Amino acid sequence: MDFRWDLIVEYAPLFLKGTLLTIGLSIAGILIGTVLGLFIGLGKMMRKKLWALPFKWYINFFRGTPFMVQILLIHFAVVPAFLDTTNAILAAILALSLNSAAYVSEIFRAGIQSINRGQMEAARSLGMTHGQAMKYVILPQAFKRMIPPLGNEFIVLIKDSSLAALIAAPELMYWGRAMQGQYMRAWEPYLTATVIYLVLTLSLSSLLSLLERRLATE
Amino acid sequence: MIEVKSLKKSFGTNEVLKEINVTVKPQEVVVVIGPSGSGKSTFLRCINMLETITDGHVFIEGTDLTDKKTDINKLRTEVGMVFQQFNLFPHKKVIENIMLAPMKVRKVSAEKARVKGLGLLRKVGLVDKAEAYPDSLSGGQKQRVAIARALAMEPNIMLFDEPTSALDPEMVGEVLEVMKQLAKDGMTMVVVTHEMGFAKEVGDRVLFMDGGLIVEENTPKELFDNPQEERTKAFLSKIL
Ligand SMILES: Nc1ncnc2c1ncn2[C@@H]1O[C@H](COP(=O)(O)OP(=O)(O)OP(=O)(O)O)[C@@H](O)[C@H]1O
Ligand SMILES: [Mg+2]
Repeated sequence: MDFRWDLIVEYAPLFLKGTLLTIGLSIAGILIGTVLGLFIGLGKMMRKKLWALPFKWYINFFRGTPFMVQILLIHFAVVPAFLDTTNAILAAILALSLNSAAYVSEIFRAGIQSINRGQMEAARSLGMTHGQAMKYVILPQAFKRMIPPLGNEFIVLIKDSSLAALIAAPELMYWGRAMQGQYMRAWEPYLTATVIYLVLTLSLSSLLSLLERRLATE
Repeated sequence: MIEVKSLKKSFGTNEVLKEINVTVKPQEVVVVIGPSGSGKSTFLRCINMLETITDGHVFIEGTDLTDKKTDINKLRTEVGMVFQQFNLFPHKKVIENIMLAPMKVRKVSAEKARVKGLGLLRKVGLVDKAEAYPDSLSGGQKQRVAIARALAMEPNIMLFDEPTSALDPEMVGEVLEVMKQLAKDGMTMVVVTHEMGFAKEVGDRVLFMDGGLIVEENTPKELFDNPQEERTKAFLSKIL
């Protein structure tokens, strides 16, 4: 089998552009998804069952349906309903953010609930308000425990962003498919994409373990 | 100082405190003993509202805890609490554990809080551990830090819930020593403990609880040497 390095070189600028968009989509999805996920997690933890219900169903919906369905629905139905036109990058960011928010909210809730009840009681017995106890005692500890599962979720998000190729957002996978279509070759485009995705996810992993070590107390 | 009037507490249908009446005078040291499940912890936790009170009243220095207008957070700063499981903040150094509440609740400056914290650590014999993390301390050291942390808010009352029960026997003494010193300095204390030596040496009064009631109360000497109630006798014969 001859491997056409020259085709990869020719497509390199497009792969670069695609990779940058993949990174952009992922970062946007991580940031918006995390912030949104915190709110949804808080919402689901509300004492009043009825108020928590919408948040619960948000999580059920986004965890219980395929991401592919979500991104197609958002791109072809939701975004046009609001903007009268489609916008692939906007739809991809929306889908990634809304989807990861559901997972982040569960990670967030599990993190908080994993902290021993005695921590809250000790903080309150010192006169701290519920908010102060959360801010200075519970959340810093919960955050540390949330890093590994959050890392997993962000890695899933980077990989899921490849489905944005289906709605023609010109990210990494989009250019891989374009290359295959143009030259009728499979190894070169998809191996290239494979290596790039691997570099992205491994970089994120090592970044997170660095953060984890930074926060370690003996 | 503390006045508990017909205090009742239920968890669902389980009535844990049936009718508690206790008055603790300033500088008094009251020891609470009783079998497991008798409601000792629940009683202490009601005194600083870690549990909601089902019925009755608790007055701290004249302020009614059950009054909706009472600022519970402010009142809690007057009442320090020490737990069986220490509950130190593991993500903060020893000195930061002590400085946190004075800085955030009382808005004391970091420098002042540190000076105060180091003074308290000296008092409990742990100045050299100021920069250590709690996980590196022994149980006895952790509990002494927890006491210093509670004292940093300058409470008028200290509550102890079995402070030495989670400790290896050789560490019990160092914690009791700190508590004895505190009692001698005039702190008002309510202590759930089965350390009879401690009760006899510094206790002014012992309450024996069983089944959510105070079955008997007396001076340590009288209660231990000459118990009146059958239930008290049965309990003492088991632990002495
Ligand atoms: N949060 C809670 N929810 C439901 N029941 C509770 C709760 N806390 C305590 N109880 C019940 O209240 C009763 C008294 O508990 P409490 O902890 O006050 O006893 P205790 O005298 O401190 O016992 P021990 O010596 O084991 O610490 C027990 O039957 C316990 O099961
Ligand atoms: Mg108890």
